[in-house]
Amino acid sequence: MSIVSQNNAADSQYLTFMLAGEEYGVDILTVQELRGWETATPIPNTPSFVCGVINLRGVVVPIVDLRDRFGLEFREPQPTTVVIIVKVEAVGKERVVGIVVDAVSEVYDITPANTQPPPDMEGAISVDFVTGLATIDEKMVILLDINKLINEGVLSLSKKAPVPA
Amino acid sequence: MGGIDLEQFKQIFYEESFEGLDTMESGLLGMTEGESDLDVVNDIFRAAHSIKGGSATFGFSAVASFTHVMEGLLDEMRGGKRDATSEIVNILLESVDEIRDLMTAYQNGEEPDTDAMGDLLNRLKKATGAGGDVKEAAAPASQSEAASDEAPREELVRQGWHIEFEPHDDLLLTGNDPVLLLGELASLGDISLSVDDSKLPPFSQLNPEVCYLKWQADLKGEIEESEITEIFEWVEDECDLVLEGIFPERKKSDRREEDRRLTAVVPGEGDRRETSRREKARRPTDAAPKQVSANIRVDTVRIDAIIDMVGELVITQSMLGQLGEEFDMSKLDRMRDGLEQLEYNSRELQEAIMKIRMQPISFAFNRFPRMVHDLSQKLDKKIRLEMVGADTEMDKTVMEKINDPLVHLVRNSLDHGLEGPDERKAACKEEEGVIELKAFHQGGSIVVEVSDDGRGLNRDKLFDKCVEKGLVKESDILTDEQVFMMLFAPGFSTAEKLSDISGRGVGLDVVRRNIESLGGNVDIRSVFGEGTTFVIRLPLTLAVLDGQLLSVDEQTYVLPLGSIVESLQINPEFLSGVAKDAQVYRLRDEYIPIVCLSEVFETGDISENLANKLLVIVEWGDKRVGMLVDDLLGQQQVVIKSLETNYERVKGVSGATILGDGTVSLILDISGIIDLSTDMRGGQQTRAKVAA
Repeated sequence: MSIVSQNNAADSQYLTFMLAGEEYGVDILTVQELRGWETATPIPNTPSFVCGVINLRGVVVPIVDLRDRFGLEFREPQPTTVVIIVKVEAVGKERVVGIVVDAVSEVYDITPANTQPPPDMEGAISVDFVTGLATIDEKMVILLDINKLINEGVLSLSKKAPVPA
Repeated sequence: MGGIDLEQFKQIFYEESFEGLDTMESGLLGMTEGESDLDVVNDIFRAAHSIKGGSATFGFSAVASFTHVMEGLLDEMRGGKRDATSEIVNILLESVDEIRDLMTAYQNGEEPDTDAMGDLLNRLKKATGAGGDVKEAAAPASQSEAASDEAPREELVRQGWHIEFEPHDDLLLTGNDPVLLLGELASLGDISLSVDDSKLPPFSQLNPEVCYLKWQADLKGEIEESEITEIFEWVEDECDLVLEGIFPERKKSDRREEDRRLTAVVPGEGDRRETSRREKARRPTDAAPKQVSANIRVDTVRIDAIIDMVGELVITQSMLGQLGEEFDMSKLDRMRDGLEQLEYNSRELQEAIMKIRMQPISFAFNRFPRMVHDLSQKLDKKIRLEMVGADTEMDKTVMEKINDPLVHLVRNSLDHGLEGPDERKAACKEEEGVIELKAFHQGGSIVVEVSDDGRGLNRDKLFDKCVEKGLVKESDILTDEQVFMMLFAPGFSTAEKLSDISGRGVGLDVVRRNIESLGGNVDIRSVFGEGTTFVIRLPLTLAVLDGQLLSVDEQTYVLPLGSIVESLQINPEFLSGVAKDAQVYRLRDEYIPIVCLSEVFETGDISENLANKLLVIVEWGDKRVGMLVDDLLGQQQVVIKSLETNYERVKGVSGATILGDGTVSLILDISGIIDLSTDMRGGQQTRAKVAA
């Protein structure tokens, strides 16, 4: 499947996952682990895409529903539903966040050569979070900047403007 | 010193030195004008001396030489020759700061900036040398003569040193060799040495491990005093050392004075055992009060108790282990007992360990006398600081984090809160303003209040300012409290003129953020013209909480047990509405506002069927509200986990915990919930108004 030279420094490995029929990829180095879906404890007064928090071996980790975040149709968790636990750098410290996706797919080596810059798109998933579109075996993979997505697309949005009492 | 790693000792030395500096500072601040309490002066002197000794050992020459000069002045005070005038106290305070800066620089591995030191050093020297006039009138003639002679002496060129070195009997036992010391001395310059063997016993009585000899040496050349003291650093507790400079045409009285000074300086407290014995012998009044340290020092009794508890825990555990191995139903009762025992043990252990972390808040308060002292001079205000409840214990982590907010609030009160003497007089107040720091326990939290009796907050002016800044609309109706809380909005500053003490308009919002990140909150009470009080409320500890588990809309939440006053089944007769949406419950003779958790958290609708719900009366500060919950579950201790680690602060939630079944449960933050509920009502009001 991946027939690209291992030596090219620009090569990155991407973990891809499915979301409403589209394939997305995140840098595999940000992925800490994969977990099956489990019910999260909801946090009050947070945006709907924040499913809640789960207990990850004693650490309280927030879970984000990417379908909801990207404005896709809601789907009940299926047996293939997976929580990808990613580690991102946010506001100067490392945070561990889980993202809920339909299913994990593959691990690809992706070179800049088979990547295109993101087109101008309007929509819930702002172009800022997409680093590029890669073509692999005639399929399109949307590459996400998970750091930016979590920082700007999740954490900053969940902050409701402080209401002066 | 070769192979010994000094680094590990350095850390201890830094800690001890900073403690010493704190001792000096609080001692100095405690001095009343014109009166030097010998005990206090001795404490300060001792601290300075330890720092000097240690810093010389570690090669922090800047500190060592500076402290040495400072010691000179302190010694004169200790000898009763100089009163603690405010001028001297100020110089000494500045010196303490300087030493602290130097030490910090060394600690950070930087070469200290000694430029600023020079001026201070001169002032110190001047105070030591020339300031004899303070007591001149009362002092005996010889002393005043000596003191007034000192100033010109400084200008004379020193030609060398006269050294008298008299080892104690046990010098050799400590592994020191006088020959080596003298050899090193000789390497500094021209030396003429004479030995006094008058104490040498007849050969038959001679103990080869005792040093009977003493030496006198004249050392010529331009030699710094520190070079000589450095040589004798290691033996300063095992010998009497007299150092005198050799000057052309010295007066006899002068010489005597110098002798006295230096003899007193050299025997130090490098070795506490030895020194305290000697010092006590010399001055009976000198009972040194032990200073409590800034790092956690634990009473061995407490540690022993913990070890006992661990022992019990191990016994219980092995008992349970045995039971488990060959368990059958007949042993169920014993198993249960064992588990109870285990719970008891672990709870006790946990409490004992938490106790170790508790420290009196005086550690945080102690810096304020100094700050108030300095700032009151700078601002030209008369200020008295009062501290109440300095013994109140709180968690060390909480205390460390509360420090900066406290400093900020006190500065704020000093600068903006209190008026100048003239303005106070005009307002028929005492000229001296009062700042009060107060700490006490209330329920499961600790309350720290910073209050002043200054001009208070002007509600209308504040409100105008808020409108001007676009924080509120002119049409908004706010309570006084809400207006005051605007002070904590980001970028808000009411100071008409900026000063370097406070008033940059950053800060109060940071204060609030810091306090809230600790799970606490801050309130303002103020009466215009009479003063302002900031009330900080903090959880006692950040680690463990006694919680009441409850359920609302099928979610389990944890409520701090300490804040619960009572819980009751709702009797619909006592329920009444006040205007729209606001409901109160009549509990005995009190009307208590009701907060509906499922409404606040938007997890469900307000159930019409209130009769099935329970009302939990909780207390936060002086507020009492009733929370509507579906059910009360068990009580248990929960470990607090921060939501902010991976997410961010959520209003109404102070943290999360993991329950026995592995699920996450949120810990409710009562003050946040009350705010949320108020906001909600407020929002509805505004909306209603807009609609109208």
